[in-house]
Amino acid sequence: MLTGLLIVLPLVAGLLVFLVKGNGARTLALGASIAEFILSLVVFMQYKTNPNFNSLSLNCNWIQSLGIHFSVGIDGIGLLLVLLTTFLVPLIILSSFQTQYNKPNAFYGLILIMQMALVGVFTANDGFLFYVFWELALIPIYFICLLWGGDDRARITFKFFVYTLFGSLFMLLGLIYLYNHTAVGGGARSWAIQDLYNAGHSLNVNQQSAVFWMIFVAFAIKMPIFPLHTWQPDTYVTAPTQGTMLLSGIMLKMGTFGVIKWLLPMTPLALEKWGGVAIGLSVFGIVYASCIAIVQKDYKRLIAYSSIAHVGLIAAGILSANQQGIQGAVVQMLGHGVNVVGLFLIADILVRHTGTREIEKLGGIRNMNGQFAVLFLIILLGSVALPLTNGFIGEFLLLNGLYQYSAYMAAFAGLSVILGAVYMLRSYQSIMLGEKPNNAMEFGSLAVSDKVVLIVVCAAVIAFGVYPKPLNDLAEEGTKSIMMLMNK
Amino acid sequence: MKGLFIVSGLGILAMLAEIFKVKKVLLPMVLLGILGAYVANFMEWNNSLNIAAFGNMIAFDKVAIAFSGVILATAFFWFIMANDYFENDTNVTDHFALVLFALTGALMLTAFKNMTTLFLGVEIMSIPLYVLAASRKKNLASNEAGFKYLIMGSFASGFLLFGIALIYGATGSFDLMEIRAKISGTAPGMMPMFFYVGVVLLLIAMCFKVSAAPFHFWAPDVYQGSPTVITALMSTVVKTAAFAAILRLFLIGFGGVSELWTVILAGVIALSLVIANFSAAMQTNVKRMLAYSSISHAAFMLMVILANVRSNATLGALLYYSLAYSIGSIAGFAVVYNVTKKGDESFEAFNGLGKRNPFLAACMTIAMLSLAGIPVTAGFFAKYFVFTNMIGTHYKWLLILAVLTSAVGVYYYFKVIIAMYFKPAATEEPVASEMSVNMVILITSAITLVLGLVPGFVVDMFAF
Repeated sequence: MLTGLLIVLPLVAGLLVFLVKGNGARTLALGASIAEFILSLVVFMQYKTNPNFNSLSLNCNWIQSLGIHFSVGIDGIGLLLVLLTTFLVPLIILSSFQTQYNKPNAFYGLILIMQMALVGVFTANDGFLFYVFWELALIPIYFICLLWGGDDRARITFKFFVYTLFGSLFMLLGLIYLYNHTAVGGGARSWAIQDLYNAGHSLNVNQQSAVFWMIFVAFAIKMPIFPLHTWQPDTYVTAPTQGTMLLSGIMLKMGTFGVIKWLLPMTPLALEKWGGVAIGLSVFGIVYASCIAIVQKDYKRLIAYSSIAHVGLIAAGILSANQQGIQGAVVQMLGHGVNVVGLFLIADILVRHTGTREIEKLGGIRNMNGQFAVLFLIILLGSVALPLTNGFIGEFLLLNGLYQYSAYMAAFAGLSVILGAVYMLRSYQSIMLGEKPNNAMEFGSLAVSDKVVLIVVCAAVIAFGVYPKPLNDLAEEGTKSIMMLMNK
Repeated sequence: MKGLFIVSGLGILAMLAEIFKVKKVLLPMVLLGILGAYVANFMEWNNSLNIAAFGNMIAFDKVAIAFSGVILATAFFWFIMANDYFENDTNVTDHFALVLFALTGALMLTAFKNMTTLFLGVEIMSIPLYVLAASRKKNLASNEAGFKYLIMGSFASGFLLFGIALIYGATGSFDLMEIRAKISGTAPGMMPMFFYVGVVLLLIAMCFKVSAAPFHFWAPDVYQGSPTVITALMSTVVKTAAFAAILRLFLIGFGGVSELWTVILAGVIALSLVIANFSAAMQTNVKRMLAYSSISHAAFMLMVILANVRSNATLGALLYYSLAYSIGSIAGFAVVYNVTKKGDESFEAFNGLGKRNPFLAACMTIAMLSLAGIPVTAGFFAKYFVFTNMIGTHYKWLLILAVLTSAVGVYYYFKVIIAMYFKPAATEEPVASEMSVNMVILITSAITLVLGLVPGFVVDMFAF
């Protein structure tokens, strides 16, 4: 029931927000998203005390004759991502307070409906339902990017939409294929996740490989993994800041989460056969995106490429399919989600205060606003995975897991740490330190809403870096159950 | 069966209405009549098995009743939508009568048991449509559309007749069940050669009627030239009826020689998917785009037939697809009709509709999302059922092709959405729409969403 409520609350709030005129919309949206966060904390507490608590899952018939259920529930990894979602959405809404959008009711309504779909993806226990939420998440973000994006948005958002839809349709085919094999032993066919797992295990290696690639393409596009990443930089840059935050902070995790929950346990044989290729692509993507990030002039685009590099490492860790790799990936998903939202807000603040995001045209901001410089630095250090920040644990576990798979791969992927430090620190140096490029440039104090978001993000960076235990335990436990499903 | 009588009676009444000068009550009368036909139709649901009439020429079994239901429901909405088009026209009674006769033919096509009834149904449905396509008498494009439709349609009828004759020659019967028995009583491949030619000719004729490639060349011109309301009729009622006929003809009549026609059908589907989607993407005229989109939907529906599984799931899938497509199209065409009243039928006519009439724009968005097959609209489930039916066959390459071309499909449907919300309008002038038409649009959009949320109650209709 509680989980059902987690999905219904943002939906209802989103529809209500549509009806509100003017600035009331964003206040209502903020209130609803905070309520949702509190609700998710209740779920977290409930789960801590008793993971099998009845009210954490909901299962009712949707289309009986096809074995489709509206079945949602909480497991360790899903819970972490739900928490990430509910934690980030209020911050994302708050970060928009300094920008006046046309038709704020539609804008905030769409954000909340998007949140509904995201929570649905992370909690679905029915293959069909998962697919429906997966697709539903696409529609609000498409409209957010289309209606409030920057130049040339029609073409760019369209590319994004077609890319992802294309992947999803293949995933649908893969899932239907599994579904058709669920009737083993003469029973009725079913979309329940456990039945799909069993169906996957009953296939031979070639059938599993076909399913693996069909489903993997959808996830790889969403993350994105090289060479399916070409929609990403343009979309991130063109989307409004809040859209970019949703895309990179949360939506990207749909892909990585999907691989963990919906792919690894279904096709273990295919993973053994093709995992190496997929890891190779991921690792190549890390180095490739890092190199491109180094030469970027636009700060937002730089973060976009850094995001490809980070997610490449996460994917490689997951695909190495061992405890450390997957657990590290889960932890890193949380860390990356928080950090990237902070970084995109910083890019937005830079534009609002100085009118440009171009790294070379900025400089000496530290002398004008020391507070901003400190907050920026903390988030940045989290992003380059300094020990005692939230990025460190995840990256350490990921490289450890990847090393167990192959030392060479780990060596290559390790480059991301060095290259990441290069582009991140260099950009910081150029933007914040040194002399003002011209005397006309001013950088006043931060607005309250921006300050709140940055401080909360920084607090999360440090808190999670110093004391990761509660979340890390959940990740470890969730990973163990996935490993069990893979029969390892 | 009673539904068929009511609709044909209505047609005659509509003609008489001219004489008795009761034009004012014509529309309410027709709507009530169709509603009555709908109810009478479903009253027969529970005792529908084995009711054959006219010497086993026609029988309204469950399948026929379900498809008739889709046709009648679509027609009901269509009459309300088309009402104000006919108001400007002096010959309203003729038009109503023609449409009702076309409906009669459509209903016959859902229920034929005999090749002669099939031919009669096709002709009764098509001939009024030739006239209706040309009903804007002073418009060159409309006349061209009517003429083209007539020529092409006659060709198809010729193929149909010739095919029926050959099959009669080989099997000695017009009756579907007897043909089926004859096929299963003969060793595979041992029927006379001209029997197979006959089956192929029938396939071609039916592909003509549903405008599947490469027999689709008439569709874009006819769709564009005909008055928008008639286009709506052609792409909904006629399509549904033709598919019900194909279902019956090939799954029941020729199920035994499926190796022959499935190969050809696979080629037809592949061609339709590619040609329709890529051509649609290049159109600048909305009605032409919708014409190509209807070809692509025809290909999807043919895939259900191709799977050649005689099961409730097949029936459910085809029925659901017809319903989803018809309802979505009625909503879409009603908006197109309102927006293009001034004569501009290009995508630019939709520019800024989000501001000029937010209601129409929102409903058009739902219709387009449904046609593109995005969850949770009805169109998504329609595609989903096709996929589940197809994935068990060895035509998996066709599925991959369908997925690839669907992605192209999104391009042209979204072009409309982008135009409505994103492109600045040439004028700020609001787009007017009548209350009754608004109601139709609202109801059909709502049905599109409801069907998407609870698809079970349509699909499970045949779960007996």
